[in-house]
Amino acid sequence: MTRSTKSSRAYLYVVFTFLYLPIFVLIFFSFNKSKSRNLFTGFTLDWYRQLFQNEMILRALVVTLAVAAIASVCATILGTAAAIGIQGMKRWSRFTVMNFTYIPVINPEVVTGVSMLLLFTSLRYFLNFNMGFGTLLIAHITFNVPYVILSVNPKFRQLDNSLYEAALDLGCNPTQAFFKVILPQIMPGITTGFLMALTYSIDDFVISYFTSGTSQTLSIAVYSMTRRKVSPEINALSTLIFAAVLTILLIMNFKDIRSENSKSGLKKKGAERI
Amino acid sequence: MTKRILSFIFAVLLTMSFFVSAETEYETDISYYEKFKDQNITINVYNWGEYISDGGDDSVNVNSEFEKLTGIKVHYTTFASNEQMYAKLKGEGTSVYDIIIPSEYMIARMIKEDMLEEIDMENIPNYALIDDQYKDLLHDPDNLYSVPYMWGMVGLIYNTSMTDEEIISWNSLWDERYFGNILMFENPRDAFGISLARLGYSMNSEDPKEMEEAAEELKKQKMLVQAYVMDEIFNKMEGGEAVIAPYYAGDAITMMDENPDLAFAFPEETTNFFVDSFVIPKGSKNKEAAEMYINFMCEPEISAANAEYIGYSTPISAAREMLDLDEEIMAISYPSVEVIEKSEIFRELDPEINKLMDKLWTEIRSYNESANDWIAPIFILSLFLASITIIVVRAVKKKRSVQ
Repeated sequence: MTRSTKSSRAYLYVVFTFLYLPIFVLIFFSFNKSKSRNLFTGFTLDWYRQLFQNEMILRALVVTLAVAAIASVCATILGTAAAIGIQGMKRWSRFTVMNFTYIPVINPEVVTGVSMLLLFTSLRYFLNFNMGFGTLLIAHITFNVPYVILSVNPKFRQLDNSLYEAALDLGCNPTQAFFKVILPQIMPGITTGFLMALTYSIDDFVISYFTSGTSQTLSIAVYSMTRRKVSPEINALSTLIFAAVLTILLIMNFKDIRSENSKSGLKKKGAERI
Repeated sequence: MTKRILSFIFAVLLTMSFFVSAETEYETDISYYEKFKDQNITINVYNWGEYISDGGDDSVNVNSEFEKLTGIKVHYTTFASNEQMYAKLKGEGTSVYDIIIPSEYMIARMIKEDMLEEIDMENIPNYALIDDQYKDLLHDPDNLYSVPYMWGMVGLIYNTSMTDEEIISWNSLWDERYFGNILMFENPRDAFGISLARLGYSMNSEDPKEMEEAAEELKKQKMLVQAYVMDEIFNKMEGGEAVIAPYYAGDAITMMDENPDLAFAFPEETTNFFVDSFVIPKGSKNKEAAEMYINFMCEPEISAANAEYIGYSTPISAAREMLDLDEEIMAISYPSVEVIEKSEIFRELDPEINKLMDKLWTEIRSYNESANDWIAPIFILSLFLASITIIVVRAVKKKRSVQ
């Protein structure tokens, strides 16, 4: 091993330690007997047991997951449709619309949050509704749509324009051409957009804070504990979420590796036959 | 896609475990509580975070007991500070909450701004159980709008293994021997309160000169302060990272449980006495159910369960008698009359004074004795110049390479 690879490997370890150490500390203290985050007094699973009995945290979790799931699905559909529309535009209008899409992404979250709040409260003069899950959902869809557009749009640029025409030539009607030819081509972009929307939704605190009304997401519940003490149940919950995400990632990666292996296996066989 | 499905299953599993909870028995007037049974009413309760007995540590889950008893559903959410709660209520226009539990000075403001509904004490028979000393207080002199939930006092928590001195005064927070080992409140009201009390002024001072003077002292103190904290104080004090800090008595007891070296004392000067009370905001759609909730929370067994879980003090002596407290804790949670008499309850301040306090607080927090006022602008200017140079250099290079 040369010196440069050694040092670059060391650098890699440092970076990963930096990224993962906080998470491991959190996991470690979720098994701590005492409520303290300094002293480890003994192993216990009590916080996990209590977590499953804490209705407020669980309800917040359900709200967070439900909002994230619904909002990211809606945003993916809306965003993909918008990207298709933008693709068909003339150069200048496309340029303008794309810039309007960038603005909400660059815009500080506080501004989005406060303006959403103002919009909802002024609408409440005319319509009778309460701030709550509905407004939270609308806000999340709103800030998620640009992310989907921005990740689907480049896929269209890579796409050969004549592909769609070829599909029509070969006997597809426009719907078939879209679903059978175009959609599979832009699918990676849609998946990226969906995942981005999902993570942003789960992460979001600022916008939810202004628009959530009587419903409460996990981030708000945790924030409200800061005057007294963030309960170790939150450590337990974070550990579970981390474990869930990790397992899903591992499963997906294994699947990828397997499909890659089988693909390369096929290629080899094909080569032999020739 | 799999991620979504799995997370849903996960969520459903979690929800299912809601229904496992401890059983408790208490004697109450059942017929009173059955009035709204089977009417499918939900009340929205907005409380401080971690400020109710929620079933953790084998305690009673107060909200689910109430649901079982009355058939009224409790939608329970939490806030981090009076100011945050107030901002949210104001921002959303009409309130959708049925019960909120702010501190006394915020209740005074809400009464002044006509945000609260009068509570019908006829519907709260347990109001009679509340000790007289927590009634007729400044913020609600005729007891029309609020029912006390918990009260407490501010004092000094310190680590006996790190100091030999007996702490008796706010002056210890300005003591140079504790350089870098002092923690201070992160909110202006409490911090200014202490600084004012130390100077011998009222904690509710509305004199701009006194405020300026208190701010000067806080600036002087800043050098010695390790950190301005709220909940971080638990870790720091429990872990022995700081010697002394002012905090709420109830939380001090929690910290002392974790670290036996810690002790608590009330200063010889004035200190703050606070009461967090139930109020019903205007716009509540289930006022009577809300009053039933308040009454339930004033049941001695329930109040005792809350006091035991939170560590703060209950205003109901019947509940206090149920708590099995040793003398040391008793002296902190329920201090002698002399200590209480010296204390001062926060009043809602004049808006101008509030503004001045916020301004001075920002000054204190951004104050740095050694730093030059010019550092920030110079830094920004040099960044600006650097980026321009880079752009110019790159443009020149590009031109050259084209040629």
